[in-house]
Amino acid sequence: MIETRGLTKHFKNVRAVDGIDLTVARGELVALLGPNGAGKSTTLRMLTTLIPPTAGTASVAGFDVVRRQRDVRLRIGYIGQGNGAGHSQRGRDELISQGRAYGMNVRDARRRAAELIDSLDLAEVADRTVATLSGGQRRRLDIAMGLIHSPALLFLDEPSTGLDPQNRANLQEHILRLRAEHGTTIVLTTHYLDEADSMAERVIVVDHGRIIADDTPARLKAEHVGDTIRFGFDTEDEAEKAAIVLSGRGVAYGKELRIRTEGGPRQAPGMLEDLRSAGVPAASVEVTRPTLDDVFLQLTGRSLREVGA
Amino acid sequence: MTGMITDTATVFSRELRPTLRQPFTIVISMVQPLVFLALFAPLLPGTDSLRWFVPGIVVMSCLFAASMTGSNLLFEMQTGSHERMLVTPLRRPALLIGRALKEIVPMVAQAALIVVVCLPFGYRLDVGGALLGLVVLAGFCVGIGALSYTLALASKHQEWLFWTVQQTVLFPILLLAGVLLPLDGGPGWLRALSAWNPLRYVVAAERALFTGDVWASSTIKGLLAAVIVGTLGLLIGVRAMRRSA
Repeated sequence: MIETRGLTKHFKNVRAVDGIDLTVARGELVALLGPNGAGKSTTLRMLTTLIPPTAGTASVAGFDVVRRQRDVRLRIGYIGQGNGAGHSQRGRDELISQGRAYGMNVRDARRRAAELIDSLDLAEVADRTVATLSGGQRRRLDIAMGLIHSPALLFLDEPSTGLDPQNRANLQEHILRLRAEHGTTIVLTTHYLDEADSMAERVIVVDHGRIIADDTPARLKAEHVGDTIRFGFDTEDEAEKAAIVLSGRGVAYGKELRIRTEGGPRQAPGMLEDLRSAGVPAASVEVTRPTLDDVFLQLTGRSLREVGA
Repeated sequence: MTGMITDTATVFSRELRPTLRQPFTIVISMVQPLVFLALFAPLLPGTDSLRWFVPGIVVMSCLFAASMTGSNLLFEMQTGSHERMLVTPLRRPALLIGRALKEIVPMVAQAALIVVVCLPFGYRLDVGGALLGLVVLAGFCVGIGALSYTLALASKHQEWLFWTVQQTVLFPILLLAGVLLPLDGGPGWLRALSAWNPLRYVVAAERALFTGDVWASSTIKGLLAAVIVGTLGLLIGVRAMRRSA
């Protein structure tokens, strides 16, 4: 569905996107994760024909994004960061004119609009002016606009930014359902770690305009961070002894012993056993699985939360 | 070609819809040229003044309207709906023409109203010629609309730029076209400047056409000026659209 080679975009002297090679197969759900200014949106804007690349090539839905813009546009859906529906317009009107823009006749556009209004729970607000809708309603309308022509490939740029947790969950559900029902290929950008984690099967970590990691969330975590096991003790002394018992696999911090390892939940019981037989039984144990933020921290030395997203 | 027309119709009807849903705004916009006509026309000398003035005021309203094409865009660029439309397969010139026509078409209703109001005062016009005149004017205004669109794209991050440039450019064009006052009595430098102003030829053509003088040389010149401005505006607008975003 997508194939880029050395895709690059310079703005004046800023390298927003710096040579991205990306292949996305039909039916994949891919999240581009990275801090603000990492180049996610710029990449998306090149793939959706909004801006021409400075260098490199990109083929989207089988067509070159520079030479065959119209062919690309006919086959993709795009939901940008802003509101696609005009604020002075009514939702249903916008959906119909969006359908017309994709070459549907009036009757088909009407029917498709009604379908989407129904499936995105917009029935009550579809005939009101967009400006009067809530943020969540507008976002659902945006999604409906992007789906009007049932594209096989859908791009979403920060789909859930600015939504409250409930609306975010609701939106994610819609996106996942869309994929389950129609096998739509989906590429989204996000700086919400949990969103990338829970939705995408493939996370592409972008920083400074480059891809720095590309894998399933589970494998990214296992490879780059691993799990953390924390044993709690009554005294610092015990914690230090425990560190020796477990032959230096962990580091004692005060009354706590921390161990980084793969497969934490499987290893913890054995370690507990070892500690007990060595006479330093742990008072508590906690196994934490890494987040994608830990992965980002490991890869870049910065936390995605600190960099600000 | 049919694709371009369908796309233009799609953009045009989308743009016009909010206006049609609030007819009050149309009524208000009708009042302004009438006020202008009532307060300005009596100042003109001679009994023939309406024949001279009515085409002028029609041109003026259309020019003002077309130059506003970009102002809606300024807002839609901020909210994201312009971007959304750029990703659709809508043909780029249709985005320009549809938006410009949305500004111009209400002006046609306005022109009709002006004409009707002037009838009791002895004003007569040639309907066929006037319709032709409106087509020429539309060509010119599509070009102005496309340039206004381009200006809005260029003012994306500083809205004041749009209004400053629009106002600064609009009035000299208007005054140097002999729309409100005849240029004949003006000094040589003024007339020399106005020779470069395409609007001057369009106004002259409108005056000829409104009286039914279809084959006058001023009609041909005006048509030429409209075609040049229209084409140039579209070329510049499409180019700007490809480069912006």
